[in-house]
Amino acid sequence: MAHMTHAGVADVVPDDEALLDGLERAAFGYFLEAVNPANGLIADTSREHSPASIGVVGFALSSYPVAVERGWMARADAVARILVTLRFFHDSDQSGSPGATGYKGFYYHFLDMQTGVRVWRSELSMVDTALLVAGALAARTYFNADSGEEIELRGLVDAIYRRIDWDWAQNGETTIRMGWKPECGFLRYGWDGYNEAIVLYVLALGSPTHPVEGDGYEAWTATYQWENLYGCDFLYAGPLFVHQFSHAWIDFRGIQDRFMREKHCDYFENSRRATEVHREYARRNPHGFAGYDEECWGLTACDGPSHQLPELAHERRRLFGYAARGVPYGPDDGTLGGWAALASLPFAPDVALRAARTMRQRYPEMIPAQQYASSFNPTLAGGAGRRAWVSAGRFGLDQGIVVMAIENHRSQLIWRLMRDCPYVVTGLRRAGFRGGWL
Amino acid sequence: MQQQNDPHPTAPWDADERERLDNVHPAGWRNPQPADRYGLVVVGAGTAGLVAAHAAAALGAKVALIERHLLGGDCLNVGCVPSKALIRTSRLYAEMRSAAQYGAHAPAEIHVDFPAVMQRMRGIRARISRADSVRRLVAAGVDVFFGQACFTGADTLAVEGATLRFKKALIATGARPDTPSIPGLVEAGFLTNENVFDLTDRPRRLLVIGGGPLGCELAQAFCRFGSQTIIVQDWPLFLPREERDAAQILSDAFARDGIEVRLNTRAVNVRVDGGQKLVDLVSDDYHSTVAVDAILTGTGRAPNVEDLNLEAAGVVYDTAAGIRVDDFLRTSNRHIYAAGDVCLEHKFTHTADASARIVVRNALFLGRERLSALTIPWCTYTDPEIAHVGRYVRQAREQDIPVKTFTIPMHDVDRAIADGEEAGFVKIHVKEGTDRILGATIVARHAGEMINEITLAMVAGIGLRTMARVIHAYPTQAEAIKKAADAYNRTRLTPTTQSLLRGWLKW
Repeated sequence: MAHMTHAGVADVVPDDEALLDGLERAAFGYFLEAVNPANGLIADTSREHSPASIGVVGFALSSYPVAVERGWMARADAVARILVTLRFFHDSDQSGSPGATGYKGFYYHFLDMQTGVRVWRSELSMVDTALLVAGALAARTYFNADSGEEIELRGLVDAIYRRIDWDWAQNGETTIRMGWKPECGFLRYGWDGYNEAIVLYVLALGSPTHPVEGDGYEAWTATYQWENLYGCDFLYAGPLFVHQFSHAWIDFRGIQDRFMREKHCDYFENSRRATEVHREYARRNPHGFAGYDEECWGLTACDGPSHQLPELAHERRRLFGYAARGVPYGPDDGTLGGWAALASLPFAPDVALRAARTMRQRYPEMIPAQQYASSFNPTLAGGAGRRAWVSAGRFGLDQGIVVMAIENHRSQLIWRLMRDCPYVVTGLRRAGFRGGWL
Repeated sequence: MQQQNDPHPTAPWDADERERLDNVHPAGWRNPQPADRYGLVVVGAGTAGLVAAHAAAALGAKVALIERHLLGGDCLNVGCVPSKALIRTSRLYAEMRSAAQYGAHAPAEIHVDFPAVMQRMRGIRARISRADSVRRLVAAGVDVFFGQACFTGADTLAVEGATLRFKKALIATGARPDTPSIPGLVEAGFLTNENVFDLTDRPRRLLVIGGGPLGCELAQAFCRFGSQTIIVQDWPLFLPREERDAAQILSDAFARDGIEVRLNTRAVNVRVDGGQKLVDLVSDDYHSTVAVDAILTGTGRAPNVEDLNLEAAGVVYDTAAGIRVDDFLRTSNRHIYAAGDVCLEHKFTHTADASARIVVRNALFLGRERLSALTIPWCTYTDPEIAHVGRYVRQAREQDIPVKTFTIPMHDVDRAIADGEEAGFVKIHVKEGTDRILGATIVARHAGEMINEITLAMVAGIGLRTMARVIHAYPTQAEAIKKAADAYNRTRLTPTTQSLLRGWLKW
C-alpha cells in the first residue's frame, strides 16, 4: 500500500511487524553508535561531548540479549561487549571521591566516556544504578552457557550487585534516598508519590547482602494517590515514563503488592489506564497546543524547547527545556515525546501503535533515520514549511525503552529473563507481591 | 525604608492609622478598677481573646481582657487583613499585565503606585478595626486593661499594678515571627509580617526566606508590585505540608509571575555592602550570593509564653510548642485554659476563633468539647489559592484507611475556562468503597471560597452521593465539586448494574 507523505514523496506503509522490527532495530542501533568499545559506556545523548549515563548502560545491557535473539549481533560479540562493560564497573574507583566512578556499590549518574570518572558534579544516583544493575541481571540470566566468558559474565554481575549497599542509601530513614554527593552527602529530595522506583525497591529488597527492610517499600507506597481522573481509576503519576520504566524489566501482569490488591488492579493494568488518561488529556488539550489529539500524545520526561536556543530566544510562551512533563498539571509547553506513546505498546498495543503511526506520519522529522528524537513541538513549528520544532540528536534512555517495550510486546523476552532472576523474585516477594507468575 | 523589628507601627500617621489606633489602643486609655473577682480573665486580645471575651460577656460572665499592645492581634494589624488587601491589588496588577489573554487592551505602561497600595490597605484595616474596638468591648460589659499581664498565683494575675482575681482564665497571647538564625541577618535588618505592612517604599529587590504560607503570599504580591523577587525555600517544594501537585502548581505559577524560585536552598549568611544586602545561598553543593535591598522572613512562628510568669500559675509550657493543653484546651492548672496560636499547631485565625469558643463552653459551662473534634480548613492565598480540609491521603494511608481520590482539573470546569482561571484542581478523598469524605485539597483562583462547601459536608456528615444531588448554580467554579460527586456516582455503576439498567431500558 502506498500513500503520499506530507513531503509529497511516495512511501510504503509497513505492516505492524515490519514497522516494529524496523523501529526496534534502529533504536538498538543507538547502542552501537554511542558506545565506547574500550569500556562499554554508552553516551547519554548523541550530542557532541555527551558523557555516559549509567541508566543508558542498563538499557544497553538489557538490549544485547534482544539483539542476539533477533540475529542483529552474534552471541560472542554481545558477551564480549558486556564483559568489557562489567569489567569496567567492577574495577572502577569506588572510593566516593569527587573524581571517582562510584561509592558503596552505587555509581555517579554521568561518567566521562573515556575515563569513566564522574562528570558534571553529578550525584551518586540510586535509581540509575538500579537501571544499570537491572540490565546487568537481565544479561546474567540470558547468558547462561558454561563457557568461560559467560561464567565470568555472571560472576561479575553477581559481584556488582552484591556489593551495592542499599541499606546505606536509606541514611537511617525508612525510604531510599534519591542521591548522594561527596560535597554535601545525601540529597534532600525524597521519593514522594508513585514513580519509577519500583525496580529500585525490588532490587534493594532482593539483595542477599545489604537488603533494605520491607517497611521501606510500604513507607514509599503510603505516599501513593489512587485517583479517579477523566473517568479512569488509576495510581496517579504525571509523566508517562513513570508508567513504563520499571515495567520494562518486571512483568507486572497478574502480580499484586498490598496496594494493588486493595485496588483490585496491577501495575500493568495501571499503565494501560495511564495511557488512556494521557490520551484524554491530549483530546482535551487544555492549553490549546498544536497537534494534540487522541492519536498524538505522550507527556513525559524529555528534552524540550528552551529560550536558550537561538531560534527560540524571543519566544513569548513559557518553555521548559529538559523537564518531566506530566498530565494533567504539566509542565506542558506543547512538547511531546514521540517514543513515549510507543513505549506504552505492551500495555495498550492498539492505541499505542495507532498513535505511533499517526505521529510518525504527521511529523516524520521527529524520527530521523528511524530513531526517535527526544521530543517534538508542533506549536513551535516556526514556519518555512516546518511541521514541528524537533529536539536535536537522540537520547539513550528513549532508544532503550523503545527496544525493551517493543521486545516485551513481541516476545516478552526481558520479562521472561527477569522472572527467572532469583533476586528479582525475592525482591518482589519481600515487597509483598503475590499471585500470577510469582 | 523601615528595616528594624520594632513592634510599634511606623506607617504614615494618617487618618486611617489614627482611626485604627483609636479603636485598638486609644491614647490616654485608663484601665478600670478591677472587680473583686472575674468569672473569666482573658490574657491577649487577638482573635481568640476577643471571641472569648465577647462570647463570655454575652452569656453573662464578668470578664476582663488584658492586651499589652493592640486589640485584634496579628490578624487585624499585621496578618490576614493587611495581607489580603495587598494581595487584591497585586492580583489586579497581574491581570492588567495579562489583559491581552482576556481579549482586553493592556495599558501601554503599567505604573505601580506602591504608596497608594499601602494607603488602601490602611483604610481597609482601619475599617475592619471598628469591629474589634475597645468601645465595643466596653459596651459589651468587658473590663479592658492595657498592659503586660503577669501571673502572681494560681488564680491571680497583675497588670499595671492592679491585681485581678479569677475563677477561670484564658491565655491567648498568640505567637510572633520566629527569627531564623542566619549570621548577619539581624545586623542587616529584615522584614517580617510585623513590619512589612509599614513599608512606604517598594523594595526594588526582595529576598523572601521561607516557602510557607506567609512567604509564598507576600513573595507573589511584591513580585506583582514590581519588586525583583527571589524566594528561597529549604525544602524541595513549597508548602511542604500540602500535596505534591498543589506545591508544583504553585512553583509553576511563581515562575510564570517572574519570581526567581530557589527550592532546596538555604540562606546561610547575610552582610551589608554598599547599602545592599548580600545573602549567601547553598543548595546541596551549589553556592551562590544574591544582592537585594530587603529581606522578608517567613520561617515559622514562636508562641508568646514569655513575661507571663506562667510558673507562678502552675502552667506548663514549651518555648517552641507553646502552652501545653489537653484535648479540652485546659492547661496544667485546671482553672486556666489556652486558645489560639499560643497553644495550637494550626496557627490560623479561624482555629483561634473555634478554640476560643470551645474554651468558653468548657471553662464556664462544664463543657466537654474536644479540640480534636474540629474539622479545620485552611487556605494559602496565593494565585491560585491552595486550600485543604481534613486528612491528607498520606495521613489516611498511615492509619490504614484505604483512600480513593476524585480529581477534577479546573480545565474541565466551564466557568474556570470562561474566567481564564484553569490552573488547579479539586481533589476529594473518600474512604474506598464508601462516599465518606476524609478530606480535600483545592487549588483554584478562589479555592478558599470553595473549600467551605467540603467543610460543611464533612461537619454535617454528608457524603459524595448526597453532594451529587445538590444543584450547583451554573456556571460556577464550585461546580468542580459537583463534578467530583458525579464522578463518584459513576463508579457506583458496576458492570452488573449497567447491564441490568440496559435490560430495563430495552424493556
